[in-house]
Formats: sequence, structure tokens, C-alpha cells
Amino acid sequence: MKPIEMERVQQTLDELKNKEVYVHLETTNGAYASHFNDKAYNVGAYIRNAKVSFNQAKIVGDGKSYRVGLKMEMGWIYAEGLTDWTMHEGSKLLMAGHDQEGRLMVSLEISETPFSH
Amino acid sequence: MEKHVVVIYPHPDDESFGAAGTIANFRQQGVPVTYLCGTLGEMGRNMGSPAFANRETLPQIRKEELTNACNVLDIELEMLGYRDKTIEFEDRMEIAKNLKGYLDKIKPSLVITHYPAYAVHPDHNALGAAAIEAVRLMDPENRPTVWAQAISKDFPQDLGEPDVTNDITDTFDKKFEAILAHKSQAMGVLVQHKQKQPEMDDLKEIAKQNLGKERFYIWKY
Repeated sequence: MKPIEMERVQQTLDELKNKEVYVHLETTNGAYASHFNDKAYNVGAYIRNAKVSFNQAKIVGDGKSYRVGLKMEMGWIYAEGLTDWTMHEGSKLLMAGHDQEGRLMVSLEISETPFSH
Repeated sequence: MEKHVVVIYPHPDDESFGAAGTIANFRQQGVPVTYLCGTLGEMGRNMGSPAFANRETLPQIRKEELTNACNVLDIELEMLGYRDKTIEFEDRMEIAKNLKGYLDKIKPSLVITHYPAYAVHPDHNALGAAAIEAVRLMDPENRPTVWAQAISKDFPQDLGEPDVTNDITDTFDKKFEAILAHKSQAMGVLVQHKQKQPEMDDLKEIAKQNLGKERFYIWKY
């Protein structure tokens, strides 16, 4: 992945508006968080291949990390801490946030075709 | 001497971090070893350091790393096709029966797996429990010995001293090579060990201190 280029990501989000798309949304601090740090607490959630449609989409950020909000007819999809992006297999928009060691902390992916499952 | 050893863990790299020294010892004695690997670690958060994988490319990358590590250790590999982080939600008996199918075919004299409830990661606990169940389903006279590996910090207080402690100093180089075969995972995990000992610089030495003994409990049926 490469550092987020806001305009190109916004353009891709716009292209995915008002279509039936598959979303992968995830956050994690790792399965060993509390094993390596007594004060930590394992947190994680993911949803894979949620079939949704959004009519507004925006990426906002300060050049270091970004937020993305997708407005659906009856709700929102939101991710914070996104730092990197890539197009996977030409058509799948992948965005993710990594810590200093390159470990994934948050991920938002949108595609017109399902993700492998 | 063992006839055949089957290692049952859920993730590519569990075999290297957890039991590679023991495995290498068995291979030196000429004992065949088969690794039944539950998932491809699809949901791992280590993407390489610096990151070179992403959520979608990670499964294929880890599959190749797993194959490389198994080549380093000179062991057979079977991939079970479950999905990372979901094993505890599957039907345990179904997984146990699937595992039993492999055990009936391979007829190992020893099975190595995780100790349920003391193995930190939910996949470790769930696949360990299913593996122990798989052996329970076998006729008592055909059952292999089961070595269960605990990982949690408090396990010796609860479980007592492990029945088997393998000092793997002699095969540590092999173990470290197998760990490094998991390129996307090795650094992220080793760095976590380093954070406990920030005064040490040499990752191999840190790994030797933290991973230089492989300990197991003999499961009592």
C-alpha cells in the first residue's frame, strides 16, 4: 500500500456511489494485546462482504491520517485512522491504518465484487 | 522413538514460534512430522515491517511463507481451510471429526497441539480443544500421546510444571530460520518480545531467551 492520496481516493469513492458494493470494515489491536501488556485489553471487530449502497462518500484528513464516511439510506459507515491505500486487482479500493511497526489497526475496503471469504 | 508426529495449530507461524525446535529434533531422529495448519492467518495484523502485505494479499503471502517454513523444517503440510479468528464459532465436533480423519490416515504416535483455555488466542484454544476431542474419539488402544502447549502467562500456577520441557538450544538456528521464513509475521512478533526487554538489541538472542524452551503437558484422558 502507499500513503493516501486524498484526491485519488475521493475520486474512487465517487465512482462507487449509488452502486451495490461489498464492504470490509475492521479494527483490531491484536490477539496478543493483553498478553504482552497487562494494562491493555483486546479489542477488535470486523465485517466482511457487507452488501451496501451509499449515496455520499467523503475522505477527510490532515495529510497524516484520514477519516472516511459513507452515507447510506439508513445509516453510516465510518473509519478513522486510515493512512494507506491501494487498488487491489484493479478494482477493489483498500484503505488501512498501520502503526509504526506496520501492523494493521484499521481497514476499510470497498468493491463492486465480493472479497474472498 | 516416535513413529510419526502430527502438529495441529491454527496459524502459519504457530509451528515455528511454538514447536520448531522440537520438530527439528524429531526430524533429526528421522521421525516424520506432518503439520495440520488450521487457517492461513487471513486476519493477522502483521503486514511485514515495513508493511508489504495488505488484508487481501496476506492469505496468499502467508501460504507461501508457511510452505517455506515447512520446507526449512522438512515436514509435510496439510492446510485445513478454516478462517482465521472464526474457529471458536465453528461446530467443535465437526472440526474434531475432520481432524480425526487425518489422524486415522496418518496414525501418529504423538500429536502436538495447544492447551485449551491456556493458549491466549481464541483460535489456539478452540483448535486445541478440537484436536484433543479428535483423539478422544479414537479407540483408546489406538490413541496417540497428546502434548498440549500452554502459552498464557499464568499457566504454571494453574497447571503445575509442564510434563515435557525441551531445551532446544541445539536446534535453535533451525527454529529461527523457520520463524524468519514467515517474513510478514516474524519482525512484528519478535519486536513485541523485544518491548519486554528493551535493553537487548539482538533479536535472535531475545528469541532464544523467550522461545528457547518448548514446554508441553501430556493430556490425560
